[in-house]
Amino acid sequence: MTVSAAPAPLPVQPPNGCPFEPPTAFAALRTTEPISKVSLPDGSWAWLATRYGDIRAILGDPRFSSDTTVHGYPLSGMTGGAPNANRGFIRRDPPEHTRLRRMVTREFMVKRVEALRPGIQRLTDELCDAMERAEGHEQGGVDLVEALALPVPSLVISLLLGVPYDDHDVFQRLTGTLLSRTIPDDEREAARVELRDYLDRLVTAKEAAPGDDILGRLIVEQQRTGEITHDDVTAFAALLLIAGHETTANMIGLSALTLMRDPETAERLRQEPGLIRGAVEELLRYHSIIRNGPRRVATADVEIDGHLIRAGEGVVVAVASANRDERVFAEPDRLDVRRPNAQHHVAFGYGVHQCLGQALARVELQVVIATLLRRFPTMRPTVPVEEIPFRTDMTIYGCHALPVTW
Amino acid sequence: MKITLDTDKCCAAGQCVLIAPEVFDQRDEDGIVVLLDDAPPAEQHDAVREAAAICPAAAIEIQA
Repeated sequence: MTVSAAPAPLPVQPPNGCPFEPPTAFAALRTTEPISKVSLPDGSWAWLATRYGDIRAILGDPRFSSDTTVHGYPLSGMTGGAPNANRGFIRRDPPEHTRLRRMVTREFMVKRVEALRPGIQRLTDELCDAMERAEGHEQGGVDLVEALALPVPSLVISLLLGVPYDDHDVFQRLTGTLLSRTIPDDEREAARVELRDYLDRLVTAKEAAPGDDILGRLIVEQQRTGEITHDDVTAFAALLLIAGHETTANMIGLSALTLMRDPETAERLRQEPGLIRGAVEELLRYHSIIRNGPRRVATADVEIDGHLIRAGEGVVVAVASANRDERVFAEPDRLDVRRPNAQHHVAFGYGVHQCLGQALARVELQVVIATLLRRFPTMRPTVPVEEIPFRTDMTIYGCHALPVTW
Repeated sequence: MKITLDTDKCCAAGQCVLIAPEVFDQRDEDGIVVLLDDAPPAEQHDAVREAAAICPAAAIEIQA
């Protein structure tokens, strides 16, 4: 590789006018330079992996560390907090990662999440009832993000954690700031501190009176037995709260918009409700809302696809590119709800850090999308797609707002 | 088909349970994979192979 030319910046913007497409540069990189160098906002560089196979190899290899305090970790342009803050299990490696993650894995296991399905359906129905009653939806439209996409995952994760939903304005504002790529670092740091302080007070209150919820159980079973500290419980709360609602909310908004623009697929899903599970996998593959990672740092010299990645070098793994890799997914830019291997997507990541809440996300997406299709078959955006505010400024892609009528 | 699991590797993502629920389950206490049938009938083989291919922790091993 020539080193004379400075590497291009990490691609994050979708092409103009194509809100559902991943950044333009990925397709070319997959063909010409699947392991390339990119520059990060602070002028440092990292490897960028764009092919499915390489990305699974990197994310599945324990020699690539998730620990943000390891020298060389590519933090620049990343959001979500300082490296030395109590960083929760996603930013640690085994065995510490394994120990901490296993304290909450049962909370998100398939059968426990399936047991939540009727409640998630009821909640979705109530929010849809409220949308139907909304005054003047014919004229100005209802914001689907505010009315449904954000409240469902946000209410569910608040309930599971034992965080009062009455405070949702507070934690939604703070997580929004944390996940922004355009807000200055000092403001983001202030939001991180404010969220930590809020959760710190909440955990302190729960220590006196732990409820029958995830934080309550962590306090009783892990903190009181000396396995973890108060700060660890707060870190769990921050991680699960942030991960629990921004992600699914944006998948709901993008999925709804995609299906409004594809009436044939929407009708097929109405006719054959059994397709919804596969459709959700395909929507996860197609949208791949994580646009800025995940990231790793090599802890040993590792060869990937003929490139030597040396210990201490950072790697950005473009899951949005892996999920459009033509080597794995035929006609990758086409949404095909019958795609036989859609579930091979890496939208939830890969390796031991793969999304802990994926079963919950699946149930929420299946319920909300199927219910929307059934109850609002004529739903459509009230503004042209060019006027929809897409989240090109955020780590997690989606729509800031989605005005609809029906 | 013979299946062996590495429960130390398992990260409880739960996809094997969704794909092959007659072969895989999760332990109540921590969500770690449990084998319900270590030599499943032929009609389950495709689903088991799919579960192994998708497992993010490579915790499912199959001997033909």
